[in-house]
Amino acid sequence: MVEKGTMRVKTGLAEMLKGGVIMDVTSPEQAKIAEEAGAVAVMALERVPADIRAAGGVARMADPGVIEAIMEAVTIPVMAKARIGHFVEAQILEALGVDYIDESEVLTPADEKHHIDKWRFTVPFVCGAINLGEALRRIAEGAAMIRTKGEAGTGNVVEAVRHMRTINDEIRRLTVTPKDELMAAAKEMAAPYDLVCWVAEQGRLPVVNFSAGGIATPADAAMMMQLGADGVFVGSGIFKSEDPAARAKAIVMATTHYHDPKILAEVSRGLGKAMAGKEISEIGRENLIQFRGW
Amino acid sequence: MMKKPTIGVLALQGAVREHVRMIEGCGARGIMVKYPAELHLCQGLIIPGGESTAIGKLMQAHGFLDEIRSLVLAGMPLYGTCAGLIMMASRLVEGDQPLLGLMDITARRNAFGRQVDSFEADLSLRDVEEAERPFRAVFIRAPWIEEVGRHVRVMGEFEGRPVIARQDGMLVSAFHPELTGDERVHRYFLNMVEELSGG
Repeated sequence: MVEKGTMRVKTGLAEMLKGGVIMDVTSPEQAKIAEEAGAVAVMALERVPADIRAAGGVARMADPGVIEAIMEAVTIPVMAKARIGHFVEAQILEALGVDYIDESEVLTPADEKHHIDKWRFTVPFVCGAINLGEALRRIAEGAAMIRTKGEAGTGNVVEAVRHMRTINDEIRRLTVTPKDELMAAAKEMAAPYDLVCWVAEQGRLPVVNFSAGGIATPADAAMMMQLGADGVFVGSGIFKSEDPAARAKAIVMATTHYHDPKILAEVSRGLGKAMAGKEISEIGRENLIQFRGW
Repeated sequence: MMKKPTIGVLALQGAVREHVRMIEGCGARGIMVKYPAELHLCQGLIIPGGESTAIGKLMQAHGFLDEIRSLVLAGMPLYGTCAGLIMMASRLVEGDQPLLGLMDITARRNAFGRQVDSFEADLSLRDVEEAERPFRAVFIRAPWIEEVGRHVRVMGEFEGRPVIARQDGMLVSAFHPELTGDERVHRYFLNMVEELSGG
């Protein structure tokens, strides 16, 4: 029997992306630069997160025309973002044939209580998380891939680091928690008990976990890999920098050779200016987008 | 029985640890290969699934293409899944990317369509152990083999398209045995390694 959209097929694509870089692009030209640099996938957008931040207002799914033009320009997988809870945007993206949907806090949430029921789709979903409970809630809703949120559009890696360390720390603690205390742990982190037990036993998330939100340099990417990310998303960091093609290639190299400081030194040389970046305290807690998601 | 063989898994990008786990599960030693010099520690090599354009560019940048070509021509067995199949093909129907070009096959990238068309299905394979038992094959944005040369043996098809094949010491599959628990394709490859190094 031939079956499409099984969990194995959905998580399988994420497994194939491991050790790679997924880049935000806003045009077919940028998508080609990303592919040429060795990106494993692109995220098709109308604006990169730094510009979404600057523009304010309501950020929505991109124009299908923009997404289709990008799908035609490259042969690598194309992802696109839907608003949190906006299942009709997701239906539209599935109809367009995108390879992955990012139910993303970078866009303005469409539902302040519920995320998309991702089991109803053939196309796989990636969702953001700032801690283990959030990751497991998304997986229980059918997400086939997780990314730590970081703080998108800032070019500041500090939040990405916080979220990756938090999730890994929570996983480590579960592995030494006695079985009879796992229900309390599940209650505390508001995560499904069965998934909490699974993580306690296996010592890892049941799906691939990438790092996102603030990666701007090869060193940032390699740091996230050393902290345990399976791969990285780079949003504004590439096309808001002085020399996107060179930086994109360098970040790809750094993600592959994250354990080799000599190669990291070599690829970090002469890339021109990185994106300007923002100090988190200047943004103000009420303007942080990492807290979107329930 | 030879001493436990070491099988390298090219670790530039993709589903590396799944192959290492399968190899170890079959009783051989699996290592991740990040530098061309490490190829010389291996009695066989696997090129995993991933994005073939990314893997191809990284192989070219790090000097893997010539090194693997010369080792395989000297007899080192090589197995490629999905992106690995594309890398090993001599010809692509469409597109242009660095290739090893070792096997006399023409590959079509993303032949079954985009991710929403990715699927799993039962295949009947030839030559593997317990061949009468179906093999649950996972295809992810998979290629198929469009044409095979006369020294290539097709070991299985899906809807008439070759999806697993062997030529001398080279094995390719369009699907991902490393994502299932079924070790028969990996065992088949380990038998090839044993045959060719014992020969």
